[in-house]
Amino acid sequence: MRSDRGQSAPLGLKIAAACGLLFLHLPILLIFVYAFTTEEKSFVWPPPGLTTQWFAVTWNRPDVWEALSLSVRVATISTAIALVLGTLCAAAVSRTKFFGRETISLLVILPIALPGIITGIALRSAFSLADIPFSFWTIVLGHATFCVVVVYNNAVARFRRTSGSMIEASMDLGADGFQTFRHVVLPNIATALLAGGMLAFALSFDEVIVTTFTAGQQQTVPIWMLEELIRPRQRPVTNVVAMVVVLVTLLPILFAYYLTRDGDQIAGSGK
Amino acid sequence: MTSAVSFQKVSRHFGSVRAVDAVDLDIAPGEFFAMLGPSGSGKTTCLRLIAGFEQPTSGSISIFGERAEGVPPYRRNVNTVFQDYALFPHLNVLDNVAYGLMVKGVGKAERHKAAEEALSLVRLPGYGARRPGQLSGGQRQRVALARALVNQPKVLLLDEPLGALDLKLRENMQEELKSLQKALGITFVFVTHDQGEALSMADRVAVFNDGRIMQIGTPEDIYQRPRTRFVADFVGSSNVLPPDFVQRYSGQHRWGSLRPESIRVSRAASGEGVAARLISTNYLGATTRLALDADGLKLHAVVPAGTALPAEGEAVVLTFNREHLHLMDEPA
Repeated sequence: MRSDRGQSAPLGLKIAAACGLLFLHLPILLIFVYAFTTEEKSFVWPPPGLTTQWFAVTWNRPDVWEALSLSVRVATISTAIALVLGTLCAAAVSRTKFFGRETISLLVILPIALPGIITGIALRSAFSLADIPFSFWTIVLGHATFCVVVVYNNAVARFRRTSGSMIEASMDLGADGFQTFRHVVLPNIATALLAGGMLAFALSFDEVIVTTFTAGQQQTVPIWMLEELIRPRQRPVTNVVAMVVVLVTLLPILFAYYLTRDGDQIAGSGK
Repeated sequence: MTSAVSFQKVSRHFGSVRAVDAVDLDIAPGEFFAMLGPSGSGKTTCLRLIAGFEQPTSGSISIFGERAEGVPPYRRNVNTVFQDYALFPHLNVLDNVAYGLMVKGVGKAERHKAAEEALSLVRLPGYGARRPGQLSGGQRQRVALARALVNQPKVLLLDEPLGALDLKLRENMQEELKSLQKALGITFVFVTHDQGEALSMADRVAVFNDGRIMQIGTPEDIYQRPRTRFVADFVGSSNVLPPDFVQRYSGQHRWGSLRPESIRVSRAASGEGVAARLISTNYLGATTRLALDADGLKLHAVVPAGTALPAEGEAVVLTFNREHLHLMDEPA
């Protein structure tokens, strides 16, 4: 709180806070440490020796590359779909009044509020009902459901802050619809879209539950990791991949946070 | 002569709400025209019909002789100064002003030069590099004005542009707008709910109520010779007098209006006049406003400050010059 600024917290509270943070983050650090262990069958503490050989091993494993490439492609395309649909939907909901507007707003946000397992089961039964074979595109569709929400939330928050008469002013000054979008709307929502897009990418990249229901034989990175844990073989490879996943998802989220911290909160980052 | 803006039986309905209802209007080229009315009276919708943000439900609009229905805002030679200024926050002041030229494809050097000139016109030279967020309300207002003028519109629309400014600034801007309009010779259409602003700036005033125009005339016409009870009451809060009262003084059974400043108030002892009771006095600085009760008829009088006043609750006598009693067209 502002009024407490400059006052030091009591020592007990400081220790409690430090313990809480350690509890949250030590396990993640352990994952990193195990990426360097010389023991490949099981995780023993302390590691009997340290080595960087697992990075080379990981680099040479084709299944890792396949999973990584699939994840990146799914996340990119889901994010692209989400950017288009989320922005359009946000514009409609915040710019115009129409019958059922609140309902649509709620329905768009629903996938993120629903447990992933329900979204997953629902999509799976819908796909089999419609005789759609599981493929790359079924995964993308599954991911797009929650990626849209993130983009939508960020875009809606930004649209609410921008004055509606700005668009009218642009038209009044001679800009047609396309020029208005390019010169006025887009510059004003760009950072919100970038933030929403990066969050969507990160969410898609580490999604497990919906993916297990919508993927066929294909493995995204998180699914591949689950399989690896069940079938132990070169275990530290999983940890090396884990490090990569942490970096790939953490950096965009951090970046999105810095982009939008003046004003909007990052909506929907809790999925 | 072709009108700058002409409305023929123009209506704009939103569902069952008649925002603008069969309005006829002719604005002359080079005129400073004010649309005056309470909020929800249809004046802003009329402005938006001219700008092209709204399309009429029925009737026809022409701007300098050209039919305007179906013509989008970006193809009309009309520019607007918005109530909230609507400056683009991501552009600096110079690019804000140059925006209209930029979308028309005018080269950078040329449009920046024109924008600088427009900024000098509104007395903000050298402010080009600033962001709208760094300007005061009055400065933003001038930028909005420069941005609208840079396209050299035939008609400039102003939607309550002075509403957000403080009193002193508002008075300065009133004078400036008027001299700017004189210098440029552009038709100005000005929407306001402030009758003082309309009377002091406009060549002609249209008084709106419930989507209709109650009266169009010069400020003097509107103020001295209101045609309906609404105009008398809204413009300058005139006393509206019922036909029975008016008949006693004019011989005609019609509604009348009497300006508060036309009423003289004296103590009951002084003789002939309308017997009344002083209910309250309201000190306004240069004047004092008196609330009076003449046998159930509520009246207001305005007297210069410093006038010796009877005490509140005291019986008084009201006198007025009969020629100040204006008879309205409205039937009894």
